[in-house]
Amino acid sequence: MAAHGATIPGRKEPVTNSMLGFILFIASEVMFFGGLFAAYFIARADSPQWPPNDVLERMKELGTASSPNAELHLEILLPLIATVLLVTSSFTIQYAVMQIARGNKTGMIWFLFISLVLAVIFLIMQMYDYSQLEFTSGDTIFGTTFYTLTGFHGAHVAGGAIFMLVVLMRGLGGQITEKNHEALEACSLYWHFVDVVWIILFVTIYIFGR
Amino acid sequence: MATIAVPKTGYDRPWILEWLTTVDHKKLGILYFYFTMFFFIVGGVMALLVRTQLAVADNTFVSNQAYNQIFTMHASAMLFLFIIPVWAAFGNYIVPLQIGAIDMAFPRINALSFWLLPPAGLLVFTSFFVDGGTAAAGWTSYSPLARTMGTGMDLWIIAVIILGISSTIGAANFLVTIFRMRAPGMSLFRMPIFTWTIMATSILQLLATPVLASALVMLYIDRNFGGGFFDPNKGGNVILWQNIFWFYSHPAVYIMILPGMGIVSEILPVFSRKPLFGYKAFVFATMGIAALGFSVWAHHMFTTGAVLKPFFGFMTFMIGVPTGVKIFNWLATLYKGQITFESPMLFALGFVSLFLIGGINGTFSAAVPVDFALHDTYFVVAHIHYVLFGGSVFAVFGGLYYWFPKIWGRLLNEKLAKIHFFLMFIGMNLTFFPQHLLGLEGMPRRIATYNEDSWTALNMLSTTGAFMIAVSILPFIANVFMAFRRPKGVANNPWDANTLEWWTTSPPPVHNFDDFPEIHSERPLFDLRHPDAVRHH
Repeated sequence: MAAHGATIPGRKEPVTNSMLGFILFIASEVMFFGGLFAAYFIARADSPQWPPNDVLERMKELGTASSPNAELHLEILLPLIATVLLVTSSFTIQYAVMQIARGNKTGMIWFLFISLVLAVIFLIMQMYDYSQLEFTSGDTIFGTTFYTLTGFHGAHVAGGAIFMLVVLMRGLGGQITEKNHEALEACSLYWHFVDVVWIILFVTIYIFGR
Repeated sequence: MATIAVPKTGYDRPWILEWLTTVDHKKLGILYFYFTMFFFIVGGVMALLVRTQLAVADNTFVSNQAYNQIFTMHASAMLFLFIIPVWAAFGNYIVPLQIGAIDMAFPRINALSFWLLPPAGLLVFTSFFVDGGTAAAGWTSYSPLARTMGTGMDLWIIAVIILGISSTIGAANFLVTIFRMRAPGMSLFRMPIFTWTIMATSILQLLATPVLASALVMLYIDRNFGGGFFDPNKGGNVILWQNIFWFYSHPAVYIMILPGMGIVSEILPVFSRKPLFGYKAFVFATMGIAALGFSVWAHHMFTTGAVLKPFFGFMTFMIGVPTGVKIFNWLATLYKGQITFESPMLFALGFVSLFLIGGINGTFSAAVPVDFALHDTYFVVAHIHYVLFGGSVFAVFGGLYYWFPKIWGRLLNEKLAKIHFFLMFIGMNLTFFPQHLLGLEGMPRRIATYNEDSWTALNMLSTTGAFMIAVSILPFIANVFMAFRRPKGVANNPWDANTLEWWTTSPPPVHNFDDFPEIHSERPLFDLRHPDAVRHH
């Protein structure tokens, strides 16, 4: 009985069912971020100036701003370093996949571990960055979109870090092998997705949105 | 002598444990059926409350606040807890059987899809008891109203996000199942139409539902974290909600109707003793609707003045084209067929006639000037109910009567089924046809009462129809209960149907198929009955 088989017996599918399901899951994630980005671009298109300092001034006059000292200002240095770390981690996790594909389990463990450390450092840097900012999610649409977009991205980084941790533990337990390392591949794919979202975020919010 | 513990197979476990932990697509499908039919009745009770309140002018049957909650929950239950998941019920049970698969591609994710529904249903309905009651901003939850509602709104948002997750992972599951689990010989263009429509629906769900989640997240942030997405005082934009909401919710109306079209396209050929006319045209029309479905959302927003009206008006007319193709597919299938009027056929014919009205009055409203006159009147309510009740609900019952013998191994009583059909058909038209006229007279939707005495007659007619629909459900329920009391014993293929699900026993064994016929076309069982007529491609 060939219910699990392909339509054409013996044909090798380019990706497994699990991987195809995972790619579809990432497609749905792309649409989710698409919705958030749409909100961001519409907000920018609506605003005569960006950051919308005029709106913030009016809010201060009305007393609806978070504090009289609120300021819609973003520092770029720390996020730039964070960007470099995140992009690096995309390479290290891919290198981990290449290592296990060649049967080098130790190399895979180390490079996966490095990727995990980079992810955690990214999250710590993001939290520190948040703590230094002088506006809240309630301070104009700038604050709302900033925290929503970077916050949901951060949540995905955290999710990806947990994913890496699980794969790492499974790797240490010998479950990730040369022949069967699909979990690591899926993890790596997810991580590239998170990375690409961040690059778009960094370019739009930090470089062209300050 | 030591006894050896034999590992228990699924079917030896206590039944309650089995049903709670099953990953069998057939059992999950049945759970989906029970869940969705329960909420169909709950949503129906809400509708009766709405119609009772509107029966006469200046009625005080329910308070204005209660009315707002009731109609919001009517739509929420019917759309999110009935129609969208009921297609997952049919899809779960029927799709793996139609393509000759042993199960869905990811059985445990399938179970997760289902088990996300009950907590969401519970969440949304317990919100009646929180301070300020449940969500009352309509199922569309426009800002600024939705930003200022009580806690019930937050529960509603969370529930809809959970339902969205269920729907999204379910869609991915269906797609992988359809792409990868087909039996040997079952190429894409030999798949039954119902499977095609589930595939198109799944693509829409996978790509549109996350966008709704993003809108709901924004609304939640606005309500709870001082966000300004939909607040002009903070530089936000109220129309933004409508854009993102309808970017999901217009494709969602195709999510709600495409599988219904698929079911009708399974039933009509079987009871006309003819193949479906224009199988490929139907498939392309289905995919065309799915693709165009993403480019018509702003026809819900013409009166905001903030959208490109000619474009969205034009695209809405365009989507009428593949829809019209399907109407001709169905009519040409009937033409010169040996038509018999068993209950599935009656509901399918009901679908075609009522959906046609819903399609025409929908396209009519797509003309921008007409839309300005009709926007937010009862004409729109009439339109969506001709599509969603006359269309989707009739297809649900058609599908239930059609596949009931396959799923539960017993035939339903035809006499009761016909009473059900005629009461529902007449009741449906009685309820919703007068609403066209009320809309043309300017009666706005979503109002708790009216003081225009000239509207009373038509409203009373509509309310009478609503109770007639409610009564029509009784013979259906009686029919099902009586069938359950009879022993199982139906032939594999009681309707002489053509698709693979009728090859196996009724109900099918755990593993679905012991063997397959050879598959040379989209009608493998027809080919077996008529070996001389097999087409060779």
